[in-house]
Amino acid sequence: MSKLIELKGISKSYDGEKILNSMNLYIRDREFITLLGPSGCGKTTTLRIIGGFESADEGELYFDGVEISNVPTYKRPVNTVFQKYALFPHLNVYENIAFPLRLKKIPEDSIREKVSEMLKMVALEGFENKSVSTLSGGQQQRVAIARALVSHPRVLLLDEPLGALDLKLRKDMQNELKRIQQSIGITFIYVTHDQEEALSMSDTIVVMADGEIQQIGTPTDIYNEPKNAFVADFIGESNIIDGIMLEDKKVRLAGHVFDCVDGGFEKNEPVDVVIRPEDIDVVPVDKGMLNGYVTSVTFKGVHYEIIVDIKGFKWMIQSTDYVSPDSIIGVYIEPDAFHIMKKSKYSGKFGDYSSYSDEIEELSNADAAEEF
Amino acid sequence: MKKLSQIKHSAAAAPHIVWAVLFILLPLFIVTYYAFTDADGAFSFENVTSLSEYLKIFGLSMELAVIATFVCLLVGYPLAYIMARANPKRQKLFIMLLMLPMWTNLLIRTYSIMAILDDGGILNTILNTSMHIVGTKGAVIFGMVYDFLPYMVLPIYTCISKIDKHMWEAAADLGCNSFKVISKVIFPLSMSGVISGVTMVLVPSISTFYISQKLGGGTFELIGDTIERQFVTGALNVGAAISLVMMLLILLSLAVMNKFTDSEDGGIIA
Ligand SMILES: Nc1ncnc2c1ncn2[C@@H]1O[C@H](COP(=O)(O)OP(=O)(O)OP(=O)(O)O)[C@@H](O)[C@H]1O
Ligand SMILES: [Mg+2]
Repeated sequence: MSKLIELKGISKSYDGEKILNSMNLYIRDREFITLLGPSGCGKTTTLRIIGGFESADEGELYFDGVEISNVPTYKRPVNTVFQKYALFPHLNVYENIAFPLRLKKIPEDSIREKVSEMLKMVALEGFENKSVSTLSGGQQQRVAIARALVSHPRVLLLDEPLGALDLKLRKDMQNELKRIQQSIGITFIYVTHDQEEALSMSDTIVVMADGEIQQIGTPTDIYNEPKNAFVADFIGESNIIDGIMLEDKKVRLAGHVFDCVDGGFEKNEPVDVVIRPEDIDVVPVDKGMLNGYVTSVTFKGVHYEIIVDIKGFKWMIQSTDYVSPDSIIGVYIEPDAFHIMKKSKYSGKFGDYSSYSDEIEELSNADAAEEF
Repeated sequence: MKKLSQIKHSAAAAPHIVWAVLFILLPLFIVTYYAFTDADGAFSFENVTSLSEYLKIFGLSMELAVIATFVCLLVGYPLAYIMARANPKRQKLFIMLLMLPMWTNLLIRTYSIMAILDDGGILNTILNTSMHIVGTKGAVIFGMVYDFLPYMVLPIYTCISKIDKHMWEAAADLGCNSFKVISKVIFPLSMSGVISGVTMVLVPSISTFYISQKLGGGTFELIGDTIERQFVTGALNVGAAISLVMMLLILLSLAVMNKFTDSEDGGIIA
């Protein structure tokens, strides 16, 4: 697959504050790529630069090998689905979808054909003459998607398009969007701060924080091989523990030396070690590699979430077996469950569950870690 | 409980009802009464049937008012658009500048225009020309546009500034250049403001009398002047009949204009 869009050294500041810091990224033809990151990290700004609503202070933007930084929005083969849909209230459903076609002076019967094809795709047949203000959020969303796709853009930009929908509808629309993207075979650039959404829909995920790209990869890459503590923490649950890489495939943490599968570090290099809660097995104390004191157990439906104090550091374990609070348990970890990461500016800020509770999860983990 | 609140409600509305009866319904009734009676107070259709004499004046008034309204729209819409799109600080300044002339009495403004445009007036003196402007239709239209422009700009400005900012982006995104963004999306969305503006300029333009008296230089008479003359000369019944017909005509044109907009917050008459 070839590079369709390329951002080279894109920077953007607002009021002297750097929002995007020399961003480099390429997007392949027909891929579903997601920009993922916490609020304010610059996702929308990136999308607006690609769409032409905002211009970058520095850097170049290429489309199909041609520099388009100065091409106005209306000439870019890129369409947008806005977060609040931005349907035209003076036009009905049919006319909203026909809008881009009418601009191109396409004959009326061809417009009719294309609009009904779109309505069928988004499952809104029979809604032609409805006023857009009478539609539900999900229906408005579909009209917005149909309107953006009817003129066959090469790329569709979607800025948190499901943000305003309830959970059930969100799941349905996620599947529907993925199906639409695959059936028409165009590039989707999707913005979300919901990691689950990103993992389930994307071919490629771009994890952003503080105006910088932290990692680019497939969902499995990002989940299994996070590049730094930020990514490990942002995607799924992670225990992130200080360790020392003694030599290839030998890491020391929590006072023990473990076998692992990673290598390529300096001798005795300090590292961050990620261990996913589901990769830790609960075993009897005499069989444990490490022992710890259970401080809390929460039933989560599929599994129990167990917080264990091991040498003063609180680990999270997900297990289908119940253990009782205030007991001592042993833990066992397979060598391939250790993910070794280089130290970064995010080291030590994430991955400790000492402050963990469902309420505090709402806050950012960084804040919580500093507070406790 | 409910009863009490209803009583309170109607008590609060009482002053408004008294006002409406005293200053709207009663005058309307008096005008209607005079229109259908003769000088002795006997019922008569004569006033109304005699109106055919004034058909030409009606026509001229209509013509000038429509032209003035059109010019106001042509000048006012871009102005309102620029105001609505300016940054908030500039917007306040623009509104100030627009309102400033309205703080001066209408009559004084009209006299000032006369002083400028007169045959021996300021304009001719400065340019050292001898243009004859006062007394032409152009001068009357200019006067109407000058006096009534703010009534066109303000409702349109309010309407455009309420439009969601994403409309501009969505239109451009779907292939509109800057001109088409306005013609295909923004103008249609600001239609209710346009209707209000047109109404607020057209109505006073039709019935104005001092603008035509001063800037018309006495060379032609508009319907407002005719009505005024009737009352000054004591022909109350004919004056009342003309007023009544005018009112009906204006009501009719408002109704027609409201047909053009189906938005909820549409024209003057809901
Ligand atoms: N027009 C603007 N003027 C000033 N600051 C802006 C502007 N647009 C965005 N910003 C700032 O830039 C930063 C990044 O904004 P952006 O909208 O790209 O974030 P985001 O990643 O989309 O966040 P969210 O998930 O909350 O939508 C924010 O701190 C925001 O306040
Ligand atoms: Mg955003």
